[in-house]
Amino acid sequence: MSTPLDAVVRQAGEWLRGIGPMHEIVISTRIRLARNISGFLFLPRAEPDMRQEITETVTSATRRAESLKDLVHIDVDELSELDRQLLVERHLISRQHADGTGARSVAFQPSEAAAIMVNEEDHLRIQVMRSGLQINEAWQQINSIDDSLEEQLDFEFHSQYGYLTACPTNVGTGIRVSVMLHLPALRLTNELEKVAQAARDMKLAIRGLHGEGTEALGDFFQISNQTTLGRSEEEIIDDFRDVVIPKIVEYENAAREVLLKNRSLALDDKVWRAMGVLKNARLISSNEAMQYLSHVRMGLHIGRLQSVDLQTLNELFLQIQPAHLQKLHGERLNGEQRSIERAAFIRARLNGK
Amino acid sequence: MGRCERCKKAKATFHLTNIDRSGSKVERHLCDKCAAEEGLLQTAKAVDLNDILQNFIASSKTSGTDLSTLVCDRCGISYVEFRNQGLLGCANDYEVFKEQIARLLERTHAGGSVHTGKTPKSLGVAHKPQHDIRRLKRQLAEAVAAEDYERAAKLRDRVRQLEDS
Repeated sequence: MSTPLDAVVRQAGEWLRGIGPMHEIVISTRIRLARNISGFLFLPRAEPDMRQEITETVTSATRRAESLKDLVHIDVDELSELDRQLLVERHLISRQHADGTGARSVAFQPSEAAAIMVNEEDHLRIQVMRSGLQINEAWQQINSIDDSLEEQLDFEFHSQYGYLTACPTNVGTGIRVSVMLHLPALRLTNELEKVAQAARDMKLAIRGLHGEGTEALGDFFQISNQTTLGRSEEEIIDDFRDVVIPKIVEYENAAREVLLKNRSLALDDKVWRAMGVLKNARLISSNEAMQYLSHVRMGLHIGRLQSVDLQTLNELFLQIQPAHLQKLHGERLNGEQRSIERAAFIRARLNGK
Repeated sequence: MGRCERCKKAKATFHLTNIDRSGSKVERHLCDKCAAEEGLLQTAKAVDLNDILQNFIASSKTSGTDLSTLVCDRCGISYVEFRNQGLLGCANDYEVFKEQIARLLERTHAGGSVHTGKTPKSLGVAHKPQHDIRRLKRQLAEAVAAEDYERAAKLRDRVRQLEDS
């Protein structure tokens, strides 16, 4: 049986288009808002019936809202484990949402720029994801989605604490801005700790590719705000756009310059060796592939290699992950079979099929 | 670059200028290791909100009031359950555990204790000017600290304008 998910796997979503400000280093910008609906208990205390009622309430609200009519609705509870993993790899749902239990769903735009998770930690987790540092665009879109939902639903709002959330660490704006960065040169020059320290001083969190509790894969990092109370959405966003991200991008560019100036041969060796492995390997794990793709991506941006385009690389980052690989292959694969399939898939893409 | 004034071996990477009680300037130049040993350098450890939350909630166990009897009559969650899972059961809990939450929020939100962001349209715009003034005042303080007096003057005028209206 064909599901809406069979189609999405062949292409990369809006946020992987490789456009937008600072897109060579800023992969994507995501903004998420946490909201809870008045009249229901928060999810830790909601019985199955109430959870069900919450998903139905949100679904009908999105169907009534003119601007949200084109959303694709997916019942996450009914999905196979593989399809849930696929949505996690595409950043349409969180790992927590995938691994949860009980009635829960996601509704997303066909372009995958916007998604609404229902019954994750809060009743609603609205997210908008854009390529590069398109942070203003992301905020405008999510703000207008929130407005549309607010016309249909009453959100819990407290005069002092703002939007109320199940975890007090999200209360206030309920906003989480997460910017995904590609920082290969800072890692090669061992300067990441400096960046991490600076981020912590500014009350920001640095995490791996899939957010909370995940490791950095292939030099990709997510940086996000932790403070949600006492600062407005605009202040938080302005900070990312004007201070935090430009600073980190500047560090990464400086590190790239240093490498080019002092270690250009070693750098070329890394880039071309990575290309060599990707074009020839017969067995490759996703971690190893991510690391080499990261080096090739850097090589492309500093002009050491032209034989591959950004679009292909971006799609590869997504499609070599376990669930994508299995969906593209059309059947379940064990670890070793995936390594074989992954190596073959990358060879085909990079050697021009 | 100078050597660390304490161990006299490693490069001084940590520089601190203090004003002592008599009002004179005291400069320190240390390597990271010595700075850490003197407790001047924060060790590179992630600020984990959940850790803060857990520690905070655990520490409040020993405070004066008997928190174990606090229970929300709407969702039925007890303070102990909240303490263990870190998640609240309903909006009413923000009132029931008011004091505990107020202290927790100050620690996890860098001192922020009042929402200054978006307000649902259905609630009208009544809160809005207040929020703006508070925000502008903070931006004003930041601009003064950064010695950006041009921006500070503009912000000051805007605050006055709002306060008069």
